[in-house]
Amino acid sequence: MVPDDRMYTEDHEWVRVEEEDGEQIGMVGVTDFAAGELGDVVFVELPEIGSEYSQKDPVGTIESVKAVADLFLPVSGEVVAINDAVVESPELVNSDPLDEGWLFKIRLAEPGELETLLDAAAYGKLLGG
Amino acid sequence: MADSSSLKTTPLTDWHRAHGARMVPFAGFEMPVQYRGVLAEHEAVRSRVGIFDITHMGEIAVTGPQAGAWLDGLVTNRVAVVAPGKVVYTAMCRPDGGVLDDMLIYRLGDEDWLVVCNASNHEKIAAWLVEHRPAQGVELEDLSDGIALIAVQGPDSPALMGRVGVLSDRTADMAALDFYTALTCDGPGGRWVVSRTGYTGEHGYEIYLPFADAVAVWEELIAEGKDLGVEPIGLGARDTLRFEVGYCLYGHELAEDISPLEAGIGWAVKLKKDAFTGRDALLAQKAAGIPRRLVGLALDERGIARPGAPVLHGDEQVGAVTSGTFSPSLKVALALALVRAPVDESDLSVEVRGKRLACHVVPFPFLPARTKGDPRAERNLPA
Repeated sequence: MVPDDRMYTEDHEWVRVEEEDGEQIGMVGVTDFAAGELGDVVFVELPEIGSEYSQKDPVGTIESVKAVADLFLPVSGEVVAINDAVVESPELVNSDPLDEGWLFKIRLAEPGELETLLDAAAYGKLLGG
Repeated sequence: MADSSSLKTTPLTDWHRAHGARMVPFAGFEMPVQYRGVLAEHEAVRSRVGIFDITHMGEIAVTGPQAGAWLDGLVTNRVAVVAPGKVVYTAMCRPDGGVLDDMLIYRLGDEDWLVVCNASNHEKIAAWLVEHRPAQGVELEDLSDGIALIAVQGPDSPALMGRVGVLSDRTADMAALDFYTALTCDGPGGRWVVSRTGYTGEHGYEIYLPFADAVAVWEELIAEGKDLGVEPIGLGARDTLRFEVGYCLYGHELAEDISPLEAGIGWAVKLKKDAFTGRDALLAQKAAGIPRRLVGLALDERGIARPGAPVLHGDEQVGAVTSGTFSPSLKVALALALVRAPVDESDLSVEVRGKRLACHVVPFPFLPARTKGDPRAERNLPA
């Protein structure tokens, strides 16, 4: 399932952009595919609120029982929120990666970078769908 | 990476694929790493019962009038003196004391033994046995390509085993089967060996049976165990289960450059026994002081120390993690590490992906085994 309300990276993350108070805020998470590949997630390490990063910077990690994966920033910006629920209950990444299992929000610094990402059709193709 | 077409399968491979298992290459086999998920499967074995396809293990028959005495000279534990029906856990060492493999040795009859080795070391052990075989009195036969191995593990395993048709006339023998003992019986396809053994720390059994019988028994266990909540368990949970109860995994806690004394299985090394390969080196190591010790570590900060992560005392590296994961039962990140002895337990940290995470030594086994006594003995686990 690849919803078309968001953009995707080749690292199997998604970013869904909404306008809040005239600013572009992107909510970031990992895809169903990534959650399935990782297996049971037991720790999520997220960036600090207020930190600024460039596109593709490593900003955190997801640890499952068997593996660890880096989180990369899909688009440049400042971290404005993190999902405390997913820090407390990392299994949300497995049970609902596209919604309740979101990871953090960023204020986009370069909205044009969204065009470098994959749309739902392109991401579906990447998955071999 | 091995091309999957070159991987060996088991009689149960098609069943695993058809039932949603994620298959991975493991020691030359295509094996199920998980079905529902590692955490759920782990919990099933700790609280109910699970079944494992571990057909990848190697089984080598050692028979003949000299078989017991000869094996005794090759392994660290005492095997020649045990009675038929007993199972012995032992290491097999190189002359320098490094571990070639850890294994179970079954005495099935006066002159009838079965060596069960790790899949990853199967070829090496088979070759080692052939190379060291005496001119007379010992016959070797590698049975691995015809023997399937199914483990039935968990507090409800006695109930489930009681429903296996082939064992229905052996109820009393099954009830009397002590930890590390075995019985043989006749299945439709040939001889079965059933033992009270396992790699989970729970009350459990392992069934060695002909390939031809494997699918029928597996499906019988699934069907008959439905009300017990039985489920198939992959290699992922097999690893977290053994880790919590402190069982060594070859390639991690044991290796050719690790001695059994360092790895904490000195109880399976009988240095008073007459000559066995590695004895002199191990005696010397004990006299000089065992250089490293396996310790349990609990991380004080968020993260998981994976195998190979350096262990530091202050700024100095004193060892490395051999196994590390999130403990599904205890719900904390734990690790086993081989650390320079004597171990200074102060100011320890593990380096995880460039970051130092503080940690401290904790006793292991992290979780007590329930292989003997009450299969449901209280463990005081976190909710």
